[in-house]
Amino acid sequence: MSLAITTNVTPQQNWLERLGAGHIILAVALMLYPLVASDFFLTQIGGYSLIFGMLGLSLMLLAGYGGMVSLAQITVAGISAYAIAILGNNNSNILGFGWPWWLAVPFAVLAAALASALIGWVSVRTEGIYTIMITLAIATATYYFAQQNYAIFNGHSGYTGIRAPAFWGIGWRDARPFYYLCLGLAVLSYAAVLYGSRSTFGMTLQAIRDNPRRMRALGYHVTAHKVFAWLLAGVIAGLAGVLLVWFNGRVSPGTIGVDAAIDVLIIAVIGGLRHPIGPFLGAVVVVLMQTFAIDIVGAERFNTLIGMVFLVIVFVSPDGILGLWGRIKPHLAQESLRPGQ
Amino acid sequence: MTESFAANRLQGSGAYALELDGVARHFGALVALSGINMRIAAGERRAVLGSNGAGKTTLFNAVTGDFLPTAGRIRFFGEDITDLPPHERIRRGLRRTYQISQLFKGLSVLDSIFLACRGVSRRRFSLLRPATSDVNMVQAESILNAVHLEAYRDTLVATLSHGQQRQLEIALALAGAPRFILFDEPAAGLSPTERRDLVAILNALPKHIGYIIIEHDLDVALRVSEYVSMMHNGRLFKEGTPQEIEADPEVQEIYLGGKHG
Ligand SMILES: Nc1ncnc2c1ncn2[C@@H]1O[C@H](COP(=O)(O)OP(=O)(O)O)[C@@H](O)[C@H]1O
Ligand SMILES: [Mg+2]
Repeated sequence: MSLAITTNVTPQQNWLERLGAGHIILAVALMLYPLVASDFFLTQIGGYSLIFGMLGLSLMLLAGYGGMVSLAQITVAGISAYAIAILGNNNSNILGFGWPWWLAVPFAVLAAALASALIGWVSVRTEGIYTIMITLAIATATYYFAQQNYAIFNGHSGYTGIRAPAFWGIGWRDARPFYYLCLGLAVLSYAAVLYGSRSTFGMTLQAIRDNPRRMRALGYHVTAHKVFAWLLAGVIAGLAGVLLVWFNGRVSPGTIGVDAAIDVLIIAVIGGLRHPIGPFLGAVVVVLMQTFAIDIVGAERFNTLIGMVFLVIVFVSPDGILGLWGRIKPHLAQESLRPGQ
Repeated sequence: MTESFAANRLQGSGAYALELDGVARHFGALVALSGINMRIAAGERRAVLGSNGAGKTTLFNAVTGDFLPTAGRIRFFGEDITDLPPHERIRRGLRRTYQISQLFKGLSVLDSIFLACRGVSRRRFSLLRPATSDVNMVQAESILNAVHLEAYRDTLVATLSHGQQRQLEIALALAGAPRFILFDEPAAGLSPTERRDLVAILNALPKHIGYIIIEHDLDVALRVSEYVSMMHNGRLFKEGTPQEIEADPEVQEIYLGGKHG
């Protein structure tokens, strides 16, 4: 399957050509996947990869375009997950305002985006390794706060009995509809980031990553641009949080623990931060490994295994799987030019 | 004192682009700038000369706010900008170039200039891709031509040659209707042809745009400026016309006669 992703647009191209062969093949394959996949593969592999791909995408937006590596993306997703549990229905006998999904979801995503902007506002004073450390501190603090707070977060048990809604005559908690729901939101987020990367704001973000000092000297309020990037990343992470709580049917401090925060970072780095498709590739690899490698190597060794895969990929290709692909592709192109082919 | 040269010359006009009063900058114990008083009229073109480490770049950093001065006040077209953040100073029409190019390695040449135009315009947060007919894109294209980079329109900045990067440095400072520009050694490392181009570009700037140019090459400096300030050890110690400066015995001793560079 070709993943060739071209963003060079000439005015003569129609929309199909602009989309590129790689995108079309990928889209068709993802649409047809439910025809061959079991329910388990649809949700536990497909849906779960798409959700974590979206989380990785929100990190890719910040890190790849903005040069800000965050460990708090799962925290942001957790805020919208908790908001869904609190604003909608749960069976934990606490809170649960019973709002309909179409009211609860926008509020949950808004809460996540605002929380993300706040985290961004706190952390944009730092750079590089310090951004990682301050976001890790925020993620850890939120985890412990959620564990100890019963009034809002219901302590370490969190909320259970949260269900994806049924509307338009479709029960979205069923395997196939839920997969398509995840696919729809993932494609939407992916397309938005891909388009946005060449928008005015996308360019300002990449320019700030390359040289914040010069951006100030061109009239830009650098901090405001960074915080806005956090807000946008928060929308994507917030949407992923909604899907995550519908997928699990529950949310607890364990959902937003440090191991989950590191999973998101591993996914984004393994996949590659250069292009928004990277985190989705990384998510598929990590979810497949989490699902099957545990049976083979056992739970204790699993972290060692994933750590080694992480090291190998970072060592062999700093741009992750995307970078590996970029190295193989020129070979393939040359082979296809050989006489007789 | 030093400012009296400029002040006398401009008596009655009253319109200063830049006024510095007692500006100083310390780096720990190091006094990089001290007691700088300067008056530059709107539209005036000034050269600042001085040996390495004299404090010329630090002077620029104080004016643009890259590094705040430790003492003194700075006025830009009459407005006190001493406490403004850099981007607010830029939006008032101040621009600068850097001695060491400060560019966006991951962007194309055109996109870099587009951002320079957009920085002092509206829709800086737009999530839409700019159309080719976008006002700022059109401006960017014309600046691209003005600095002779049209052949490198879509080239990644990281792959430009040194000379082309210096041209882009200047392009970024010309964007968006500047009123006053600080050029920090724009000719450094350029070939003779590129220097000629640079002089042509500077002389072709609209008359109302004033600038300060830091330049080691006296030939270049004298061809693009009408007035010269000499710096030494963080102080302005002489101002005058190019002829006065060249003839001044003190200047000859410290700067022109001895080693400089
Ligand atoms: N960021 C800084 N930190 C410490 N010292 C600095 C800094 N910038 C400049 N200096 C010092 O200030 C003095 C003036 O430097 P500079 O303004 O760059 O000189 P010039 O541009 O005239 O060559 C030098 O001694 C330099 O080492
Ligand atoms: Mg200097």
